Amino acid sequence: MEAFGLLLHGFAVLLTWKTLALMMVGLVLGIFVGVLPGLGGPNGVAILLPLTFTMDPTSAIVMLSCIYWGALFGGAITSILFNIPGEAWSVATTFDGYPMAQQGKAAEALTAAFTSSFIGSLVAVLLITFLAPMISSFALKFGPPEFFAVYLLTFCSFVGLGREAKHKTVISMSLGLLLAGVGMDTVSGQLRMTFGSSELLRGINFLVAVIGLFGISEILLTMEERLALRGHAASISLRVVLSVWKDLPKYWVTLLRSSFIGCWLGITPGGAIAASFMGYNLAKRFSKDPESFGKGRIEGVFAPETAAHASGTAALLPMLALGIPGSGTAAILLGGLMVWGLNPGPLLFVEHKDFVWGLIASMYLGNVVGLVLVLTTVPIFASILRVPFAAVAPMIVVSCAIGAYAIQNAMFDIWLMLGFGVVGYVFKKIGIPLAPFTLALVLGNRAEDAFRLSMIGSGGDLKVFWSNSLVGSITTLAIVLLFWPAIEKVARRIL
Amino acid sequence: MALLLSAPAFAGWEPAKPVEIVVAAGAGGASDQMARMMQAAIQKNNLMKQPIVVSLKGGASGAEALMYMKSGEGDPNKVLIAYSLIYMLPLSAKIPFNWRELTPVSVIALDQFVLWDNSAGPKTVKEFVAAAKAASAPFKMGGTGSKREDHVLTVFLEQKTGAKFSYLPYKSGGEAATQLVGNHTESNVNNPSENLEVWRAGQVRPLCVFDKERIAYTSKVTDTQSWADIPTCKEEGVDVQYLMLRAMFLPGKVTPEQQAFYVELFHKVTQTAEYKDYMEKQALKPIFLTGKDMVQFLEEDDATNKSLMTEAGFVAK
Repeated sequence: MEAFGLLLHGFAVLLTWKTLALMMVGLVLGIFVGVLPGLGGPNGVAILLPLTFTMDPTSAIVMLSCIYWGALFGGAITSILFNIPGEAWSVATTFDGYPMAQQGKAAEALTAAFTSSFIGSLVAVLLITFLAPMISSFALKFGPPEFFAVYLLTFCSFVGLGREAKHKTVISMSLGLLLAGVGMDTVSGQLRMTFGSSELLRGINFLVAVIGLFGISEILLTMEERLALRGHAASISLRVVLSVWKDLPKYWVTLLRSSFIGCWLGITPGGAIAASFMGYNLAKRFSKDPESFGKGRIEGVFAPETAAHASGTAALLPMLALGIPGSGTAAILLGGLMVWGLNPGPLLFVEHKDFVWGLIASMYLGNVVGLVLVLTTVPIFASILRVPFAAVAPMIVVSCAIGAYAIQNAMFDIWLMLGFGVVGYVFKKIGIPLAPFTLALVLGNRAEDAFRLSMIGSGGDLKVFWSNSLVGSITTLAIVLLFWPAIEKVARRIL
Repeated sequence: MALLLSAPAFAGWEPAKPVEIVVAAGAGGASDQMARMMQAAIQKNNLMKQPIVVSLKGGASGAEALMYMKSGEGDPNKVLIAYSLIYMLPLSAKIPFNWRELTPVSVIALDQFVLWDNSAGPKTVKEFVAAAKAASAPFKMGGTGSKREDHVLTVFLEQKTGAKFSYLPYKSGGEAATQLVGNHTESNVNNPSENLEVWRAGQVRPLCVFDKERIAYTSKVTDTQSWADIPTCKEEGVDVQYLMLRAMFLPGKVTPEQQAFYVELFHKVTQTAEYKDYMEKQALKPIFLTGKDMVQFLEEDDATNKSLMTEAGFVAK
């Protein structure tokens, strides 16, 4: 119960008008950067970081973490309304969120997204509050073989549990893995597939690809349908919000499962994106009616959003406790901590109690205030859909281009984004799923590095993936999931 | 704006646009920390009218930043915070880059390397070397990147001690630190700043420092030890030495007035409390070289690095 007392102390540190005002400012700024595709959390936090240099560390982190919450909430808005994920982990939200918006249920989808974000983060914050010391030692158990096993699990669950034709999933994933290899190879220190171009040195940025694949290709498709996407009557009211909330208990299994996956992968660095995909896939797998996923099912919004936000929140824990950032935004926050003279690491919890518990308390408050803020502004966002497509499309293209450019300040990335737009269009036409491609593009490099480091460490012995119970069980689970359809068939015959 | 840029440069030039500190490494690494310290020092002490921003260009193990500086010829609003990659990357990965194409501003610090092991591991260099030799599987050494400082040091450790290590290239020093704490590697050769926190938490042990003399800072870092208490590797019978520069560069073809402005700016930075505090906390060697001294230093340092890289067999053919 020591944690409880410390948490109350944290709230006491926070509850001043000044901090509450900073919180609101942070949230509004965050939603703003979250809505612009590609700008997202990491860039938003990076741009606003210098503003906080003159503040005391507690006010500064409250403001920055509220920008982070705002960006998390904001990322869902464009995914649902325009099929453009604002953040990498919002990709899975588009699968059902966008169809819902097209069916005129934008308000329900947004409410569902915000609510599940709130639930996911809340579960993760509770976990941080009570398990912080234990969790940091769990994260230390992860060496290269464990990391590889987790990535393998994500890839395998995609192939084994996905409803799309297996060969198409594999084709899409392989193309993603291929493109992930472009640039510098960390393990050998050599350049690969750059063909002497200095633009390709830094590799293919995941967000640039995502903006093109999802956003631009969607515009192309809609154009082909002769601007068919016109204003939906997106009238919403408190009634809609309440009706979504009334249905919440029905989905408790999905919410709980996604929260669990999210927390687990968030503590494992780099897991937020994997979490949203995995949450979505598992929800689909265990659903009684998996065919309805991807066609605008509300559960398809709940599952990835809960997982993504649980993991986005849990990612802050290894950052504070070990100094390893679990996500891009956490990495920028880490830089901030150092400027304010705080060194993230095992001693932070001992030496800077005020700061740590102030931050944790701000996670609770920021989340509640954020939820109220976004829900009250849902009508404003949903009304964007009432504007004719011909007027919105150019604005979307421009904001995509700004987003793609802003990631690395590179003109080349805008061309790359347009290229991926065409690729996405072709993929959609010939029925190749985009999700495995994006997943492979973002995790491919890390999976490869982890695999090769494991091989260097073990002298090329594959048994290293079964060398202890942790890595062994993850690897085995991955292989089971890969062959799940076959296993299921055999099991049915026997039973 | 165009008028401003094309106007002839005059004495007392000052940036008219926000200035970018270009970091050739990822977020949270030693370069990033240092850039943010300078950003804070400049803003808090009002050393410049224009705002200063940190831009992370750590792609392709830092090559992204080098190419970015190279393509920024004539642009006085970008300063690179450079380290030994300016010599090593062109050799190992054949990046078309030469630091002589940039405009040198000043060398602002020298960074140390320390041999660390897990606090449950051997207690002295001797025991460490003996353990490495006796191990049936190769001893694991974690480090940042491939064919770079950490890797070079590992090769020289092998040559001087006769022990065999298998080198695991991680993406950052922070990762190398946590992997050592989690016992996934047996040792690393991190910079002091990268292992400071885990050392203070008693999770790793410094064995020796790769310099000809001990680190000067004598205030206690842990309950019992200060930086000055770490013996040099030479004292412990392993004569391997390496220091890494931390230096500021402008892109090529900027005017002497613009160069002078930054020399003055970074000189002022080294006088601030933020800088001095940072040097001590991260156990960096303070130094300030500029002009001819700096170029001479760079040429010598380049030659040293080149011969180390050649000897280690890391130069791409």
